[in-house]
Amino acid sequence: MAKKSFEDRGQGLGRREVLECMVWAGTGVLWGVSGGVPHSVGLIGDALAAEPTGFTFLQMSDSHIGFDKAANPDALGTLREAVAKVKAMQVKPSFIIHTGDITHLSKPAEFDNADKVFGETGVQIHYVPGEHDIIDEERGKAYLERYGKGSRGAGWYSYDDHGIHFIGLVNVVDLKGGGLGNLGAEQLAWLEADLKDKSNSTPIVVFAHIPLQVIYKEWGWGTEDGTQALALLKRFGSVTVLNGHIHQLAQKVEGNMTFHTALSTAFPQPAPGSAPSPGPMLVPADKLRTLLGLSSVTVAQGNKPLAIIDKTLAG
Amino acid sequence: MPILINQLRFAAARFAVNRSLVVALLLGPVVGAMLAFGAVAAQDATDVITIDNFTFTPKELTVAVGTTVKWVNHDDIPHTVVEKKTTFRSKALDTDDSYSFTFASAGTFDYFCGLHPHMVGQIIVK
Repeated sequence: MAKKSFEDRGQGLGRREVLECMVWAGTGVLWGVSGGVPHSVGLIGDALAAEPTGFTFLQMSDSHIGFDKAANPDALGTLREAVAKVKAMQVKPSFIIHTGDITHLSKPAEFDNADKVFGETGVQIHYVPGEHDIIDEERGKAYLERYGKGSRGAGWYSYDDHGIHFIGLVNVVDLKGGGLGNLGAEQLAWLEADLKDKSNSTPIVVFAHIPLQVIYKEWGWGTEDGTQALALLKRFGSVTVLNGHIHQLAQKVEGNMTFHTALSTAFPQPAPGSAPSPGPMLVPADKLRTLLGLSSVTVAQGNKPLAIIDKTLAG
Repeated sequence: MPILINQLRFAAARFAVNRSLVVALLLGPVVGAMLAFGAVAAQDATDVITIDNFTFTPKELTVAVGTTVKWVNHDDIPHTVVEKKTTFRSKALDTDDSYSFTFASAGTFDYFCGLHPHMVGQIIVK
């Protein structure tokens, strides 16, 4: 067991620190809410043993159903394993947030398979699309038909639960050459209006596929106009930003904002700059599952640093 | 540094021409008629751009009007090919899928991957 922590006090984060604080595994992250402030209580492996207090929800991401390459020939199988862990939880989470890339190629059969397995959780799932979910011939129609009910534009929406305001954003549509993820003027205007009547003390959870803050520009890991969204959120006392896309954990605290990216249930991706490209990272088959549930994340309240705990399920 | 790279590219292109010349010279006396046919075919040949490691190669390509350019994806992640002004736009290319576009008029065409827009390339048609 190794415990690492880091603080970011506006001086920026060196690449070395980012790499040190990035670890990857599988399944999902369980979030608990105490005193209105979300904090993660670890990966599912840890959550099974944890004493859940009050309201909990899960974040799952990057299922890539349909992916069958060497990095994981059976992405549906590993999703089944993750869902089995959800089903085995003593206290059911209130809902699951899925931060995109449900499928690999937006094929109807891939969506069908994902829906079937996720349906076994018996828990409501709030989705946002990843870029892999909108590559059907009609560029996103298949996604919106399945998951877009009650959403605006390309699939963005908000809802309230247990006094928390949840906002699902879409930053994978209408991307510009040479750029990063994109929210667009229409969505930003909607976000501003959505937040207008919310008091500063309302806890906010924002989720989207691509990280809203720039993690690694060279690989497109960030959102071009993400800073505009974050500026709208700045006045709130507690903001938690949940993303996927990079298939590894990355956490950061900036003032009242906590940033977190989730693991994939399909395949890992390399740490920024550690490989020629961000493509699927090939690891020995036995290592893939040994790493499931490897890391837990505790986000303390206030200005305390994040703590990342690495732990093997086998050990 | 860019100048050096361009020189290397130029040298590589010349090498390719020289090599085909050598082949042509060797075959010439035997199949003169076929050589003539081959020369015509070479002018219409399809230029191939490969996608490996989230990179278009070559990144810049200059072709003659009427040339067909074919993009082939070798990554195990899908990519698309989208021209900035959407002169052309491929569907999602899975592993080993390809997309071809024939450039009927001169101009500069900047394109990118619609899924990973940090991937960019340029076709100059003269």
